[in-house]
Amino acid sequence: MSARTLTLVLFLIFVAITLMITVWASRQTRTATDFYAGGRTFSGFQNGLALGGDYMSAASFLGIAGLIALFGYDGFLYSIGFLVAWLVALLLVAELMRNSGRYTMADVLSYRMRQRPVRTAAAVSTITVSIFYLLAQMVGAGALVALLLGIKPGTTFLGLSADQAKIATIVLVGALMIIYVTVGGMKGTTYVQIVKAAMLIIGAALMTVLVLAKFHFNPSEMLGAAAAKSGKGAAFLEPGLRYGKEIPGDATATLYSKLDLISLGLALVLGTAGLPHILIRFYTVPTARAARKSVLWAITLIGAFYLMTLALGFGAAALVGSKAIIAQDKTGNTAAPQLAQVLGADLGGKTGGAVLLAIIASVAFATILAVVAGLTLASSSSLAHDFYANVVKRGKATERQEVVVARGSALAIGAVAIVLSIFATKLNVAFLVALAFAIAASANLPAILLSLFWRRFNTTGAVAGIYGGLIAAVVLVFFSPVVSGKVVPGLEGAPATSGSLFGLGTDFHWFPLENPGLVSIPFGFLCAIIGTYLSKERDDEKFAEVEVRSLTGAGAH
Amino acid sequence: MTEGRASASQPVDRAALPTSARYTAMEQSAEFVALRRTFRRFVFPMTVVFLAWYLLYVLLSAYARGFMSTKVVGNVNVALIFGLAQFASTFLIAWGYSRYARNRLDPMTDGMRETLERAERTQP
Repeated sequence: MSARTLTLVLFLIFVAITLMITVWASRQTRTATDFYAGGRTFSGFQNGLALGGDYMSAASFLGIAGLIALFGYDGFLYSIGFLVAWLVALLLVAELMRNSGRYTMADVLSYRMRQRPVRTAAAVSTITVSIFYLLAQMVGAGALVALLLGIKPGTTFLGLSADQAKIATIVLVGALMIIYVTVGGMKGTTYVQIVKAAMLIIGAALMTVLVLAKFHFNPSEMLGAAAAKSGKGAAFLEPGLRYGKEIPGDATATLYSKLDLISLGLALVLGTAGLPHILIRFYTVPTARAARKSVLWAITLIGAFYLMTLALGFGAAALVGSKAIIAQDKTGNTAAPQLAQVLGADLGGKTGGAVLLAIIASVAFATILAVVAGLTLASSSSLAHDFYANVVKRGKATERQEVVVARGSALAIGAVAIVLSIFATKLNVAFLVALAFAIAASANLPAILLSLFWRRFNTTGAVAGIYGGLIAAVVLVFFSPVVSGKVVPGLEGAPATSGSLFGLGTDFHWFPLENPGLVSIPFGFLCAIIGTYLSKERDDEKFAEVEVRSLTGAGAH
Repeated sequence: MTEGRASASQPVDRAALPTSARYTAMEQSAEFVALRRTFRRFVFPMTVVFLAWYLLYVLLSAYARGFMSTKVVGNVNVALIFGLAQFASTFLIAWGYSRYARNRLDPMTDGMRETLERAERTQP
């Protein structure tokens, strides 16, 4: 059996198991609480696994391992920001939010404010963040599946050309995520996350042990081998190959490059606690204490996982080598699967290589599927609960209507995501993940924190903060080098290529940084504060209620 | 014991919630002021500490390349140790908070929540 067949078989087994779980979950899903929050019956540990499942996307599994394999230390820098970010969630957001909300992020904001403007703003930013994130994952899925199944341009697979196979993958991934969400709701989606997180952790642990065994369990030996094979020597183990580059003779470019690194660092650390698909997970547990426990588990699992990606990335650099990785995929996304093949071949020859590659490839598929399902659920919950039930119906929708609308929203958002992804298959959309984090940090986080901690905060402030942060992040990225004007010089006399969304020759960028966080996050906070003082609205009684409820859990749903 | 407390599928009617006057009184009570102070005394300084510590790491990665590339043991340099220290501090702060919350915050909130919810049941 070839690796390709085995990958397909394993993937089909995963799909079959998750579909069974989904159907089972649908029988347990009756009320709105079941659909939006899985009946609030998950334990802290289960939800911790699911948080990890939602968070550890293909971008972090394959992406960070690939970044480390190609750029060494700088890939590690990414994972540090992703992990430290969870402290914001643990200390300032998770428990207070669990105590004062019901289904969505907007529940917390609108508690003490005028419902309709605040919920509309929150729904707009939730859906924007989720769609951007979704697009990055789905387009990535198309490219990845083609690579993992070894479908190269010019060859065919089941009668499909490479481009057709990509589109077929996007449609399949989209269809499955729609089924998970519409049929299984939060309960089904959470179990899918749990299965996926367990698979990911076990797969990564297996590879880590195999990698370390190759170097006599001596990390320093592995680092040395990686640095030597990278051709970059000690610089491979130091910051600066990817982010914050020194550009000789160009002080301005060096300054911007370093500011970009700081900007990225800020967006990573402040974005997590504003990601809607993470926030709604806090509602799936019965109490604030269980929410705390779930974040503690998430930190443990995610931290352990990122430590393992260190071994995977440096292991791939040492054992596969950057030349072979770039030959497969220049972004490095296939570094982990390629490493699996090498490690497996060491154990059991050609068959061993095929088996381990198939296992890791199916873990990657599971990862993509689970993450897109979480994102679809977050955006459809917000559309149904915030926009339909509380803005359109002014809180007069029945629970039944709300769930019907939520299911319809999931279908609609899924369909939109599929169509957009198909149009974007030829574009470089990897920057959308960083943009989603930047929007979450600039638009959502100020509103959440100020509504929990600032007595004077009001509707105008919340609305100004959300739209201000959202628009700033999107506009700055639109006029940044990721959209136009970034020229990547060709290697060894090859012609230069475009590093932007638009091709060479189109250049309308004026904002020098690739990540908007450094400007858009303070701007979001500033808009929220100025907006607040522009309005006379102030409700001390409501704030007292939010404060007491968020800290004590009295009257929590 | 509180794990299964919240009712799964019975959304609470807004009208049945305790009146805002009751919450305002609670907010100004000595026991709530103490709870808020105990909570904030931990989370605010700790947030400043871990954000500053992380920012220091990012700034050193950007501007102190020489220092970060100093080798410590074998091929392990300062940058790597600094990065691993960020992991260690994250685990440590998370563990410290969970202990603090369990020992200091949870005993304070239990009483207050029961008081409020009893009032809610007897005179909605």
